[in-house]
Amino acid sequence: MDSVLELKNVSKTFGEVAALHHVNFYVGSNEIVGLLGDNGAGKSTLVKIITGYHQPDPGGEIFWKGKKIDHLTVPMARDIGIEIVYQERALADQQTLWRNIFLGREITNGLGVLDMKKMREETKKLMSSVMGFTSSAVTPDSTVRTFSGGERQGVAITRALYFEAELVMLDEPTMGLSLSETKKCLDFVAGIKAAGKSCIFIDHNVFHVYPVVDRIVVLDRGTVAGQYMKNELTLDELLDRLYRVAQTGVLEAKAAANR
Amino acid sequence: MATTLEAKNEARVVKTSGLTRFLRKWALQIALTIVAILIWLFFLWRAPGTFKSFDIYNSLMLTTPFFALVAIPLTLVVIIKEIDLSFPSVMAWGVAAYELVYQPTHSVWLGFIACLLAGLIAGLLNGLIIVKLGIPSLIATIGTQYFWRGVVMITQNGKGSGMVEVKDTILYPLLTGKLFGTIPMEFIWVIIFGVVAWYFLNRHQFGAHIYLSGDNEDSARLMGVNVSRTKIITFCLVGLVATFTGFMVSESLLFFWPTMGDSYLLSSLASVFLGGTSVFGGTGTVYGTILGAFVIAIIQPGIVAAGWLAYWTELIYGFIIVISLALQAVLRRRFI
Repeated sequence: MDSVLELKNVSKTFGEVAALHHVNFYVGSNEIVGLLGDNGAGKSTLVKIITGYHQPDPGGEIFWKGKKIDHLTVPMARDIGIEIVYQERALADQQTLWRNIFLGREITNGLGVLDMKKMREETKKLMSSVMGFTSSAVTPDSTVRTFSGGERQGVAITRALYFEAELVMLDEPTMGLSLSETKKCLDFVAGIKAAGKSCIFIDHNVFHVYPVVDRIVVLDRGTVAGQYMKNELTLDELLDRLYRVAQTGVLEAKAAANR
Repeated sequence: MATTLEAKNEARVVKTSGLTRFLRKWALQIALTIVAILIWLFFLWRAPGTFKSFDIYNSLMLTTPFFALVAIPLTLVVIIKEIDLSFPSVMAWGVAAYELVYQPTHSVWLGFIACLLAGLIAGLLNGLIIVKLGIPSLIATIGTQYFWRGVVMITQNGKGSGMVEVKDTILYPLLTGKLFGTIPMEFIWVIIFGVVAWYFLNRHQFGAHIYLSGDNEDSARLMGVNVSRTKIITFCLVGLVATFTGFMVSESLLFFWPTMGDSYLLSSLASVFLGGTSVFGGTGTVYGTILGAFVIAIIQPGIVAAGWLAYWTELIYGFIIVISLALQAVLRRRFI
């Protein structure tokens, strides 16, 4: 399987803390990778490096479809097809729906003048087809502040979808969602696979992650503790290892026993 | 099944007409407009002699722009959740720069260009200190306010200078003349700057980024908005308009007082907040600010014309500002 994204020897230090330490990580073509780990393991930092929001420490390399990228920025990442649905949802509460969908990449003519009509139209289309907003109370001009948690999630996911990502990353997407909203979210991940794209799925809830992923990568305290193909282990075996790595820092019982 | 679900969804929706939606969306601006009209009608009733003749409106159009003009870019700064207290000193600094260039060259135009550039530089300095060094804008601009006033005092030796030379150039009628013989150009400039600011705020990506950065700076950054650059540009605009206005004020008096500007600080800021721009960022309109400026401007002459002591002015200012802000808070909670 060709890799669509590869990180080699990526570290990230904030002040005195090494959030990531010599991480090697890759995502294959049309592969769903579950990124698991405790709070503080470095999952969000890793993902923010992939989106170009953070720069890796010197020595770290990022490859997209085999080609090295020297200085990945947020606009660059989006151009090549990397999209993310952030844990914080990254929405602007007091602004309208259409402004949030097009946050940071407004449709403009050459001089920067907004094409508000087009953005409203596109939003209207997305609302009924993807987001499932059928009620007439919600319009492209509705303020996002009035939306529920699941609806906001829908906005953030729609935003990623619309811009036709090659690699979609979801950081704790099911947090705060109801049952049916969670199902919608997991269906969305399955949809990414069906569409031939790749996905990185971060979630604490292993029960959500396990069914939809192809491969599991476990981060612990800034390094890759281990990785498994889904068919290598059952859900219970995975849970076992996750508890163990949180307690001891190693995934496998034999390695823990030798400590 | 589908129709039952749709029916259930629709039953929950409170039917609102287009008019109701319009009123909801513009509640703050409509409220301010109503308040402004009521205040005007009140003065018209109490002092018909003054408010039925053109003189008072001429006077308002002449003098309000002196603090209303800067309030326009200041609105952008407050929307982006910052503040600028240095503009009174920058107003004077612009004219000081004009004098510094005019004295050796005797060119009014070169001096004027220097004046505008001085404003840009002052704005840029504010922007860099605040964005790159991370100093809160409230404190940073208090500092630069003292700094530029100091520069003005030192370069002018604390003395004023005549500016009669501008009468020979087109800059004089352009900034301080009268359109059609009646409408003061100062007021026309408020309209021009207002329309331009409205356009960029509402129809241009720059304005979209201002609203987004002020609403939620983290979200904006995460989504690739260049928040730093947007902020710096807004501060530059305040500096530019401040020096332009400083020049206009001095031109209208044909004299440059190095202490000029300080009296406009509170009026300019009050215009912005009275106009509905929230100190929490993310919302605000140019219309509100300009209307707010004229509401503030009309209070004092109205009180005096109505026969009350001018001492009542500040009490009324405070009253109006507090009531308006309370009204805004209530409207925000209920409608928006």
